[in-house]
Amino acid sequence: MSRRRLLPLLPALTMLALLGPVVAGLWGTVLPAFGHLPAAGLTGPSLDPFRDLFGWAGLPRAVMLSVGTGVLATVMSLAIVMLVTAGWSGTRVFGVLERLLSPLLAVPHAAAAFGLAFLIAPSGWLARLASPGLTGWDRPPDLLIVQDSWGLAMTAGLIVKEVPFLLLITLAALGQADAQRSVRVAQALGYGRLTGWLKTVFPRVYAQIRPPVYVVLAYAMSVVDVAVILGPNTPPSLSVQIVKLMAHPDLSYRLEAAAGAVLQLLLVIGALLVWRLGEGAVAALGRRWITAGARGKADPAVAGLALVAGAVSALAVFLGLVVLGVWSVAGFWGFPDALPDRITMANWLRFGPGTLQALGETALIAVVAALVALVLTIGCLEAEYRHKLRVSQRAVWVLYIPLLVPQTAFLPGLQTLMLTLGADVGRVPVMLVHLVFVLPYVFLSLADPFRAWDARMGVIAAALRASPDRILWRVRLPMLLRPVLTAFAVGLAVSVGQYLATLLIGGGRVATLTTEAVALASGGDRRAIGVYGLMQTGAALVPFALALLIPALVWRNRKGLRHG
Amino acid sequence: MDKGLSLRDVTVFKDRSPLIRVDHDVAPGDVVTIMGPSGVGKSTLLAFITGTLPGDFTATGTVWLDGHDITYAAAHQRRVGILFQDDLLFPHLSVGANLAFGLRPGGSRSDRQTRIDAALAEVGLDGFAPRDPATLSGGQKARVALMRMLLSEPCALLLDEPFARLDAALRAQVRDMVFDRARSRALPVLMVTHDAEDAQAAGGVIITLGDESPHNRITSVTQG
Repeated sequence: MSRRRLLPLLPALTMLALLGPVVAGLWGTVLPAFGHLPAAGLTGPSLDPFRDLFGWAGLPRAVMLSVGTGVLATVMSLAIVMLVTAGWSGTRVFGVLERLLSPLLAVPHAAAAFGLAFLIAPSGWLARLASPGLTGWDRPPDLLIVQDSWGLAMTAGLIVKEVPFLLLITLAALGQADAQRSVRVAQALGYGRLTGWLKTVFPRVYAQIRPPVYVVLAYAMSVVDVAVILGPNTPPSLSVQIVKLMAHPDLSYRLEAAAGAVLQLLLVIGALLVWRLGEGAVAALGRRWITAGARGKADPAVAGLALVAGAVSALAVFLGLVVLGVWSVAGFWGFPDALPDRITMANWLRFGPGTLQALGETALIAVVAALVALVLTIGCLEAEYRHKLRVSQRAVWVLYIPLLVPQTAFLPGLQTLMLTLGADVGRVPVMLVHLVFVLPYVFLSLADPFRAWDARMGVIAAALRASPDRILWRVRLPMLLRPVLTAFAVGLAVSVGQYLATLLIGGGRVATLTTEAVALASGGDRRAIGVYGLMQTGAALVPFALALLIPALVWRNRKGLRHG
Repeated sequence: MDKGLSLRDVTVFKDRSPLIRVDHDVAPGDVVTIMGPSGVGKSTLLAFITGTLPGDFTATGTVWLDGHDITYAAAHQRRVGILFQDDLLFPHLSVGANLAFGLRPGGSRSDRQTRIDAALAEVGLDGFAPRDPATLSGGQKARVALMRMLLSEPCALLLDEPFARLDAALRAQVRDMVFDRARSRALPVLMVTHDAEDAQAAGGVIITLGDESPHNRITSVTQG
């Protein structure tokens, strides 16, 4: 069997798929950043690209925006998730919030950002609902709420998407933290639930969720699609500026873009280092707080506030999707009417064919990327099982590298490098680059259930004379059908949501739902955005529904797998 | 060629320190019981014999089955059957499909079905083939697990605390059934347990391991 010989190769192949494009991309960034771009007839080294970059008047503001929005979004979403969990985990309310937030994880960033924009804009749904009754407005007020120059709307857009992510990560970590008993002991000692949780459980949970928190920070600092939709324009955040420079027809602008990408990378590294130091400071303060023995008089107030924040965050995404839906079927909808004059299918008829074409492209790329990621992941985990490998904590960090290196730092370089090498941009390279982002999430999603499988099943099957391959295909994978499909759905959702990778590596010729939707941002056609945003959300959510439905149907007569 | 299962100077190590040492033969149709408290490495010894030793353990010595050295054979080629205290029926397969999984390949479809039905009938479970294993009682599951293992035609049978989960009434019944079937097929049986009653009922040699003195954790068994 060739597969048996292939299996030991899969971990190496996985490493290559994860790190290859990142390393190549960084290489392709650093060279032009120092003036070396033979494709444009330029040879380095020179510091001109950095001189150009620092000569741009908008740079200080752009850097401040990147750092400010990134750090604020991370701090806020982490604080909301930690305080909600501290104050409410184990209660009914928490269960409701958990069920509300889980599906939001799959909602693409761009769709959530559009939804939020349609809610909070001066002419948005909230203003319409409150007008003219409460506000007296019969015309949209002249306020810069969306795309405000402080980047607050953009920060909010990031928070509402990172809260579900951090919550699910936290839930996974809670299982191993023995949280319930610790809190019970703390409560018996007179501590409030929230203070007890923070003092006993938080340190353990944080140690577990640290890598994903870093991912959130790196992502929030360098996001492009959310910044294009909700962020300011003059100047934009550094990442958006890099993408703008990359899009310039004059190749020499790529040098400044590359210099910007290097700066972006340094900013993220710097922020991560400062965050790491901040952890130490928080730990020291925390120890002092613990020693002081305060029982948490303010607990109910803080817990209530956190719950409100969490609920608002969930509602913002939900209502955002609803308003996308309303716009997608809206006829004439004047301000300040709460609802359109009439409901029409005209928008769907008009934009439907275009979305279907984009859906086809999106699905093709997503299915290939997620399938390859699934095969590599199962291959790695199976190799680990068969060869009894121990996976060190350091090896796990490899999975996080593509998520920690800012996209805007290596994707422009990868595009430039491909240009230099004469490699064609297009669909297949896009799939490969999607794989870089899909693979870590698929792996992280499947690894725990795969490893938690009762190994005695394998012993029994081997004693029944089943070969290792037969055990994998006939016993292990069927038993793990639900987590395998869930991991696949996670992979699809990640791929569907990719904006920058598709835009840059596709060379503008690969039109997915996400690139099409974000491209509509500048035009402001709310009906088109509604249609595309909903299609994009559907493309990410439907696979999750199927991942729940299919195992329930296939194993409908198998009670032993109903909760597996 | 010697029929039966032989452990030749088998020593199991955990993190390089010896845990258990066994040198013993089990003749066809005999039951040898290894008794001892949990943690002395009884189950690990069985894992060594089935070829599924966990990563943090190592072992030396050789395992012989019917005159063949199987120490380095792949787990699925050893023809060593094993039963655990949990039935470990595959939850995604029907009772019949569980048995079919164990049944050696070959034979026509109807042939195989006949053998599966006969196996179920042998343990009083006629007509159970289409059932979901999760809907069976503990005793029924144990019987299916036994027949599944026997259909794979092992040359030796290992029992790892096999009756620990069954209540007293069921326990004797299932125990007798396992020992009867093993004896009628002339299988050498090696059982590990911490239950004295199970050991007595086996009616064979009983090896008692380890007064767990912390200074001398190595437990050694050699043929008398």
